[in-house]
Amino acid sequence: MNKKQKSIWVFGDYRNYFQNRVTLQLISKAVDLARLISAEVCAVVFGHEIEEWIMEYTAHGADRILAIDHPSLKSYSTENYLTLIEKLAREKDPEIILIGATDFGREFAPRLAKRLNTGLSADCVGLDITQEGLLVQIAPSFGGNMLAEIVTEKYRPQMATVHPGTFKEIPHNYERKAIVERLPLMDKLPQPRIRLIEYERAVAKEHTIENATVIVCGGRGLGNKNNFKKLDELAKLLGGDVGATRPVVYAGWADHKALVGQAGKHIKPQILFSFGISGAIQHTAGLGEAQFIIAVNKNPPATMMKMADVAIVADASDVLNTLIKELKKRIRE
Amino acid sequence: MLNIVVCIKQVPMVTELPWDERTGTLRRDLASGMMNPACKHALEAALQIKEKFGANVAALTMGPPAAEEILREALAMGTNRGILISDKRLAGSDTYATSLILAAAIKKECPRCDLILCGAYTSDSETAQVGPQLAEELNLPAAAYAENMEINGRTLRVRRLVDNFRETLEMEFPALVTVSMEKYLPRYTTLAGLENAFVGGNISIYDADDLGISDKATERQCSRTHVRKVYLRKAQKENVVLTGTAAAVVNEFLNKYENKISAAIGKTIEEKKPGNE
Repeated sequence: MNKKQKSIWVFGDYRNYFQNRVTLQLISKAVDLARLISAEVCAVVFGHEIEEWIMEYTAHGADRILAIDHPSLKSYSTENYLTLIEKLAREKDPEIILIGATDFGREFAPRLAKRLNTGLSADCVGLDITQEGLLVQIAPSFGGNMLAEIVTEKYRPQMATVHPGTFKEIPHNYERKAIVERLPLMDKLPQPRIRLIEYERAVAKEHTIENATVIVCGGRGLGNKNNFKKLDELAKLLGGDVGATRPVVYAGWADHKALVGQAGKHIKPQILFSFGISGAIQHTAGLGEAQFIIAVNKNPPATMMKMADVAIVADASDVLNTLIKELKKRIRE
Repeated sequence: MLNIVVCIKQVPMVTELPWDERTGTLRRDLASGMMNPACKHALEAALQIKEKFGANVAALTMGPPAAEEILREALAMGTNRGILISDKRLAGSDTYATSLILAAAIKKECPRCDLILCGAYTSDSETAQVGPQLAEELNLPAAAYAENMEINGRTLRVRRLVDNFRETLEMEFPALVTVSMEKYLPRYTTLAGLENAFVGGNISIYDADDLGISDKATERQCSRTHVRKVYLRKAQKENVVLTGTAAAVVNEFLNKYENKISAAIGKTIEEKKPGNE
């Protein structure tokens, strides 16, 4: 008898643009992994009027779609989706299940893993296959400073949630074909214990320092509270937020809300200015996802200067004042 | 009166990271610890419910003997009792095993508990998985990322922001909620409160035998995942060093990186032509 075809499942999370993209990114990675273990890529999607997603998943690389389309699945329900996917997974025994590390995915995947008696790693930033055919799940810890390679040796499916943006989606090809299995809703869906009372799209993403694009951070190297307050002016020019280190918060130069680091906020700006910060690990533990770092410090060997993309060796306060003056002249709205 | 259990965790201060090279796990016995920041938000939520409705609040943790410190801190904040599960055989548990162990402790010590609260995630392993898996283990309805909770009789109403949707959910007790870091800012613990909590305080300590799970919960058998390797994320930075007077370095910086800054701020930064002062 032929060995059963292995399958890598990707859960179809589509409620907003961002969730949809991470699903497509995972299908793309699943295509790579599937080659290494001779598996098929199967997208699983639940909801009502989901033809659009079936078409998208096909166009972006899925070999098979398992779809359950029913009016009672119109709004996202962790409980209903769990019941459905648990039943399917028990029937079809996938080798791997990948789920986007969206808010939904990070609530849904742990319960699914527990129901299937298997392991799960969180918010992975890399996936690979070992020589023995095991899924290597590369997960961040300590604010992204450390990476751990995790495997689920003895249990199946091997499960991971994956950080959005980790993989690149395959460009769509609407000529592609996939096997689409339209499955009926199971007869007795248990009565959900959670009632959705209100549900609305948040008007605009609430602005917090955690999702700010530009952040200007200051430390003791700025000298005094007055110098530190100049950061507000720079932040305003750049449309950014002000962050602070712990000594500065303790000294009363900044509010506790501005604390960036292990005991404070974890930030992920595109641009991070760091003025007069030496880079104690209590602070840098919150910077794991900053993309481009400019550090200003008189002391070149400071940790912050070593981890910066641009290290400016000069007095932090002088550079801050000059930068404000220059930007005022040069910025065009 | 409501019975609330808050699951908390001691996390290492990241000033030192003593990894066990052999097992690829953190030597928690060597790291100095603190209460995970998100757990303080969960405690705060429990204490606000206690003040408003009356409740018995128990703090539950698993860890080395030193984890008793965070239970003392929880007592100082206002919880009624602390429960520590400490057993070397449980070290290195993954979230699958941890949720099984915590569930066993809750079944033994607080079988009639109405509400279980957890922090949103821990600052060390950051999985955010133990809360949902504990709910599954105890077969409870659960909601993650709660920003607000209201209680009306046996009904719990939770408001939350998930994937850019505002949701209001309702469920009946017993239930499990993980608390968002955005709201329920933790109260300040006074020194006097801390002192009292260290002198007296109701703390129970159990091992795997006490919980009746020594056969199934010890590490290599129960954990589903294993860490093969841990390493520092590789720096891939160019690390350009600029030196000179403030005016010179700012000028050089803006001329070199104006594109990058412009793209991030959505405004154009003009390049300064030589001599157009």
